[in-house]
Amino acid sequence: MLDYSTSDVVLETRDLTKHYGGVHALEGANFKIHQGEHVAIMGDNGAGKSTFVRQITAVEQRTRGDIILHGEPTHFDGPIKAREAGIETVFQNLALADDLDVPSNLFLGREKVKFKLGPFSILDNKAMRDATMAGLEKTGVKIPNILNSIQNMSGGQRQCVAIARTAAFHSKLTIMDEPTAALGVQETAQVENIIRTLKEQNEPVILISHNMRQVFDLMDRIVVFRRGRICANIKVDETLKPEDVVAYITGAKTGAEYPEAG
Amino acid sequence: MSKLSHGIGGLTFDDKKKARAPEWNILFALALIIAIFEGLGALLMGQSLLFDSADRFDGIFNVARLKIIILQVSIIGIIALGATQVIILGGIDLSPGSIVGATAMVAMSFAQVAEISGMANPKLMFDGVSDLPVIVPILVGITCGVLAGGINGVLIAYTKIPPFIATLGMMVFARGVAKWWSKGQPISFPTDSYAALGSGMTPVYIFIALAVLFHFILNYTVYGKHTYAIGSNEQASRMSGIKVEQHKVLVYTIAGVLAALAAIVLSSKNLTAQAGMGVMYELDAIAMTVIGGVSLAGGRGSILGTVLGALIFGVIISGFTFLRLDAYYQEMVKGVIIVGAVVLDQYRQKRNSARM
Ligand SMILES: Nc1ncnc2c1ncn2[C@@H]1O[C@H](COP(=O)(O)OP(=O)(O)OP(=O)(O)O)[C@@H](O)[C@H]1O
Ligand SMILES: [Mg+2]
Repeated sequence: MLDYSTSDVVLETRDLTKHYGGVHALEGANFKIHQGEHVAIMGDNGAGKSTFVRQITAVEQRTRGDIILHGEPTHFDGPIKAREAGIETVFQNLALADDLDVPSNLFLGREKVKFKLGPFSILDNKAMRDATMAGLEKTGVKIPNILNSIQNMSGGQRQCVAIARTAAFHSKLTIMDEPTAALGVQETAQVENIIRTLKEQNEPVILISHNMRQVFDLMDRIVVFRRGRICANIKVDETLKPEDVVAYITGAKTGAEYPEAG
Repeated sequence: MSKLSHGIGGLTFDDKKKARAPEWNILFALALIIAIFEGLGALLMGQSLLFDSADRFDGIFNVARLKIIILQVSIIGIIALGATQVIILGGIDLSPGSIVGATAMVAMSFAQVAEISGMANPKLMFDGVSDLPVIVPILVGITCGVLAGGINGVLIAYTKIPPFIATLGMMVFARGVAKWWSKGQPISFPTDSYAALGSGMTPVYIFIALAVLFHFILNYTVYGKHTYAIGSNEQASRMSGIKVEQHKVLVYTIAGVLAALAAIVLSSKNLTAQAGMGVMYELDAIAMTVIGGVSLAGGRGSILGTVLGALIFGVIISGFTFLRLDAYYQEMVKGVIIVGAVVLDQYRQKRNSARM
């Protein structure tokens, strides 16, 4: 099912490394994700998962290594540049404006306009509302009125808004760092629905998660980090057992070489 | 058919049950304050504040007093339109009062006549600079506002000086400019066309026109959306690709221009410019916005609220004069109301965050 020979690689990292002074948080990570592929990143606390994401999204600058987006080496000097290049990230701390309503948050910074006039361009509120309704309807999230400010919404509703935002812009790659860590069962299901929608739309996703069931349900492949290094790259299929993954995470089993390493 | 809309996930929402807009509360406060003054008026003076009590005025209202109330808040109200935007942005601007002083001096010196009934204008600032078309002093004044507001904005956005400090500096600096411009001398005798800008009810019309314009801009343009967004969550706005720094410069510049327009109207109305003009106006303007429900924490408020806040302000001032109470009490009560409005806002915020 996974064909590594095709050239539809969306993002590749080679020897990606990040040192914080003496702390080797990320060491020589070689990673690939293909169009439409959903890849989970798992690993213990402090294994370097978030560090890996922070280098890709240019929240931090890497110590060394290459990040290649659609065949082009990238050197983003900040997260906005990464975003403009099509890498959408849902960070653990949600980047939402509490006093604004749902459509305003979805379209924050890239509002639809009816009439162009520089900063005084006239907003196309109706188009943004309709797009919001259409975009969120599929997720199963329940929001009584999207025109209320989001400050009174539940954690799940807010998380869905944050994720729907990435989905609304047909990004080249969506990265989520533990999007359901703080959510209840129902709210987690809603977030997972959005991830499924992205799968149907053939959009690639990198999901950091500690939730084995979630990863087995949603993801095509698991990349395991341990002590700053990638120690396993496992296809998710019927034969895979959670114990195997746990063994890699804890270090009981050390890994099959990453197929594309080197 | 009852209108059901804007809900997702099978939920519908009845538009009729929409939460009451905060402006209604301010309108209610306005009505309450009017009622208090009417009560006191009936009790103490045997007169009505706003209504035609002794058939001295035609119709229902005491039109003369209504006009005075609106007229006396309209000039500071223009400044308050700028303060509203700055505070929604999450900032504060202490400089408008001094910008009024400096702009009035500079603009007026380009609006003077050469001769007054055959005599040379004794206050003429620049020889040969007289009887210019009215557009000249207006553009000069607006330029002053752009400069002062622009400097505020650049300092705040790019050097990360807190708005309070940056605009405090501008407050002192612009007052200095006002005094330096004519070495403390008043500048008087404007052309008829300049004098028309502030005569009669013109300040009210200018205030209303600007209020409508900025109501529209804040509600229906990208500029407005970004102003609310930055005031609500600056970090999120930046991560979303909003050019936060540029936007701040723009907002403070607009606030400066509004202060300059207030200066033009004021100096026109008074037919003279003095270095001490506009002292403390910024505080009255901030008071109007805060009374009008604009949150000092940023992200919340509206032009409509500020206009209502300005009316409350005007009713209180007129009410005190009407009851023949000393101006001292007026100031004290103003102070109490400002603090009260901020306390109310903080209470609202706490309630909101408790619900999260
Ligand atoms: N700014 C920093 N300075 C120094 N060390 C850091 C910094 N950021 C992260 N680290 C260290 O790098 C290592 C990897 O951290 P990282 O946040 O990537 O872990 P993680 O895999 O995301 O863990 P978790 O599952 O707990 O989120 C940790 O040992 C952490 O303490
Ligand atoms: Mg992490």
